[in-house]
Amino acid sequence: MGMEGIGARVARKEDKRFLTGKGRYTDDMVVAGMKFAYFVRSPHAHAKITGIDAAAAKAMPGVIDVLDGRQLQADGIGNLICGWMIHSKDGSPMKMGAWRPLAVDTVRYVGDAVAIVVADSAAEARDAAEAVIVDYDELPAVTTSLAALGDGAPQIHPEAPGNLIFDWQIGDALAADKAIAEAAHVTEIEILNNRLSPNPMEPRATLGIYDSAEDHFTCYTTSQNPHVARLVMSAFYNVAPENKLRVIAPDVGGGFGSKIYIYPEEIVCLWASKKTGVPVKWTSDRTEAFLTDAHGRDHVSKVKMAFDKDHRITALKVDTIANLGAYMSLFSSAVPTYLYATLLSGQYAIPAIHANVRTVYTNTVPVDAYRGAGRPEATYLLERTMETAARELGLSPAELRRKNFIRSFPYQTPVIMTYDAGDYEASLNAAMQAADWDGFAARRAEAERRGKKRGIGMSCYIEACGIAPSQAVGSLGAGVGLWESAEVRVNAVGTIEVLTGSHSHGQGHETTFAQLVADRLGVPISSVNIVHGDTDKVQMGMGTYGSRSGAVGMSAIVKALDKVEMKAKKIAAHLMEADESDIVIENGELKVAGTDKVLPWFQVALAAYTAHNLPAGMEPGLKESAFYDPSNFTFPAGCYIAEVEIDPETGKTEIVQFVAADDFGNIINPLIVEGQVHGGLAQGIGQALLEEVRYDEATGQILTASYMDYAMPRADDLPSFTLSHQNTPCPGNPLGIKGCGEAGAIGSPPALINAITDAIGIKYLTMPATPLKVWTALQGAAMPMAAE
Amino acid sequence: MGTVFEETRAPSMGQEEDNMAKVTLTVNGRTMSGECDDRTLLVHFIREKLGLTGTHVGCDTTQCGACVVHMDGRSVKSCSILAVQASGSTVTTIEGIAAQGELHPVQAAFNQHHGLQCGFCTPGMVMTAVDMIGRHGGALDEATVRHELEGNICRCTGYHNIVKAVLAANEEMHGAARQAAE
Repeated sequence: MGMEGIGARVARKEDKRFLTGKGRYTDDMVVAGMKFAYFVRSPHAHAKITGIDAAAAKAMPGVIDVLDGRQLQADGIGNLICGWMIHSKDGSPMKMGAWRPLAVDTVRYVGDAVAIVVADSAAEARDAAEAVIVDYDELPAVTTSLAALGDGAPQIHPEAPGNLIFDWQIGDALAADKAIAEAAHVTEIEILNNRLSPNPMEPRATLGIYDSAEDHFTCYTTSQNPHVARLVMSAFYNVAPENKLRVIAPDVGGGFGSKIYIYPEEIVCLWASKKTGVPVKWTSDRTEAFLTDAHGRDHVSKVKMAFDKDHRITALKVDTIANLGAYMSLFSSAVPTYLYATLLSGQYAIPAIHANVRTVYTNTVPVDAYRGAGRPEATYLLERTMETAARELGLSPAELRRKNFIRSFPYQTPVIMTYDAGDYEASLNAAMQAADWDGFAARRAEAERRGKKRGIGMSCYIEACGIAPSQAVGSLGAGVGLWESAEVRVNAVGTIEVLTGSHSHGQGHETTFAQLVADRLGVPISSVNIVHGDTDKVQMGMGTYGSRSGAVGMSAIVKALDKVEMKAKKIAAHLMEADESDIVIENGELKVAGTDKVLPWFQVALAAYTAHNLPAGMEPGLKESAFYDPSNFTFPAGCYIAEVEIDPETGKTEIVQFVAADDFGNIINPLIVEGQVHGGLAQGIGQALLEEVRYDEATGQILTASYMDYAMPRADDLPSFTLSHQNTPCPGNPLGIKGCGEAGAIGSPPALINAITDAIGIKYLTMPATPLKVWTALQGAAMPMAAE
Repeated sequence: MGTVFEETRAPSMGQEEDNMAKVTLTVNGRTMSGECDDRTLLVHFIREKLGLTGTHVGCDTTQCGACVVHMDGRSVKSCSILAVQASGSTVTTIEGIAAQGELHPVQAAFNQHHGLQCGFCTPGMVMTAVDMIGRHGGALDEATVRHELEGNICRCTGYHNIVKAVLAANEEMHGAARQAAE
């Protein structure tokens, strides 16, 4: 593998700028004449706007202008869209209500943007926003999906009667019903998946710059996919044609899904820059982030799992209601459907599966993909059900899982997916060994002597990464293709730039992608630069989400490298008067195999650019690009085990150990992959123990809009983790990569809740398992199913 | 009124002398001055007036610690101090701890142990860690590090590698000191 090649634990190249304060995030950008925006937002969850009076605000110090939704509409700026069409089971298309970048007649959640104030300073813009008088006629609001579907619930969008967006199904209901009717045992359970706020540490920000001479816009933005942002802003929001709109996502401080979407603020700041004639910067504060960044999860499900007399699963039937909030965010419809229900087979051979999914509008922040996106919901549902079934059947959790594992590949599930490779037993065994599962009984007894309740729980997850191929996702309703692009530019002195459509916002692409080049060409990673995040520099690409940058983004680089190598070999063969097929590339040199003839890499590059002596008919230069469209999803999988100790006096859960055993396929940089798992685990543990977005149901006010109210995992909430890998290479892409970005967040919540319910001997426990909930359960009180 | 406003636009912050304060700080060894609003927070003064954008703002409630700097030798959250309060003090920011391009041992340990991903919380983490290691005189363990990082939130790393990096830097700094003493 070499010191810096594939598989090497290389410390990150990009770290130095972050460690020395030289990172360049959107809010760090300063351009001449730049002014500052603040958004006037709805204080009501649901109301009619009857008037906006900005006169007093406009007269305040430093204020340049106050602009509202009517002006935006008059200028032809379009509504926000959801880019994945889902049809209900009756064949009707999903019922999408209008989402205006600035609300015109109606506001539908607390935080809905109503107007923008542009002023000389951020503080002045904020002061003036306070002075904008918006008259509202309040309407009744609804925040939970169950209530929104109820009789007499407030109607949120005229396009969606009864607040139902779609009523979709997958699988074979008749087969599932029949198997359940004939089952030896049926486990039934209700599952709640709590609403979360993604909380990347960098709040969203944008800087819109309009150049009137060129009639050209530049948008700095905190995006995971700047090209998708440009496409959507051009094609749907009518901001500017693509050639007149440059989108730059510089250093981005985390995303976790929440920075995939194109939000109102980017659109409005670009438009406002043209209206006011000054560059307009907006930076979210943390409360605004809670109010406006797309939330995640918020599912309510009923589950039936049927078993035969040998404890083999014969059917799974799921009925899910997903809360999509006040508007349909960009990929919101895909999350509770094709990213969720298609994973309901888990690691198990289940002959019949049926899932029904209803999505509903509520007066809450829009819900979209958050780390894992549908797959955590599927895994939590399945693994809580498996645990409950094992307890009902009197089997150990491992035994029930082993009996039902899929063991031969490829495996076609009843819910679309074809799993290509895996070894679920290997991860289960590795996790149980690392956790000393067999020694748990003794540890529990020892804890009991100290007055503590000790529990252990496992979770066997599967996920699907690198959503693809484009043709398949198109047939399922996606509005975009899910390929990736790459360009490899070899400079005349032999150094290399790789331009990628992937976007790094913490994932370490500048190192990992350079390792791939180092591995192929034998050049040091210091001679390889990764360029990303700027639509003026990089050709169209699809960005980073869904753990796709390794499996899809790097595969595109491989394809471009193949072409570069082929041309370099032709040049080398010509210069060394050898046969092209005899040229090998090693350690930064091109050699004629079996001889001492050799050319350093830089000399071949130089020859390509001097073009003094190239093979007849060959174009000068050494630069190739490629687009890669995968043939299938990839299927990372693994087994997580949590061991907890609960203080019965306080209900506080301490994680005594957390073991993760993952199959990610081939790994480029173990150091970075481990970091991805650690971060995912922290977010999953956060969901299980700490985090929940809560609303006041009567008023629709969000109750968790700061770090004083929303419990982010802190260092002393978490243990150090024990990781291992049992890798089966992915056969579907050239590097055998599966993806590692989301696994931790997908696999960990059920392991935790299984451990806690094991410790206190109950069936139901909703996330987050706060000390109050756990203490209440320990008092023998029945657990309310709805979040209390 | 809207049209009247266009012609008689009120003076902006820069012209309102009575609300402005002059702030002088020694930052990373250099004396720097600037004018700001009375209400300007130290973090905004550092970022916007001094152009040192390594210090970040990640929350509004003094919880996240992305803005930690050293003021007169102690780590402080620069979002909870007014710039005028800090005037006259000596401030070290993330830009000021690497000597002549050589990473500080804490910075080097974060790199070696992959203690950062997106980098946004990193400056605050590093400044907190430098202070922590200095205060404990070598006697740091995992539980203490985790407890003392309570005021710094990271969403990327799960803290695992941050804790490792702090402990490694502690060993490096105090191990070296012990060796020198022997």
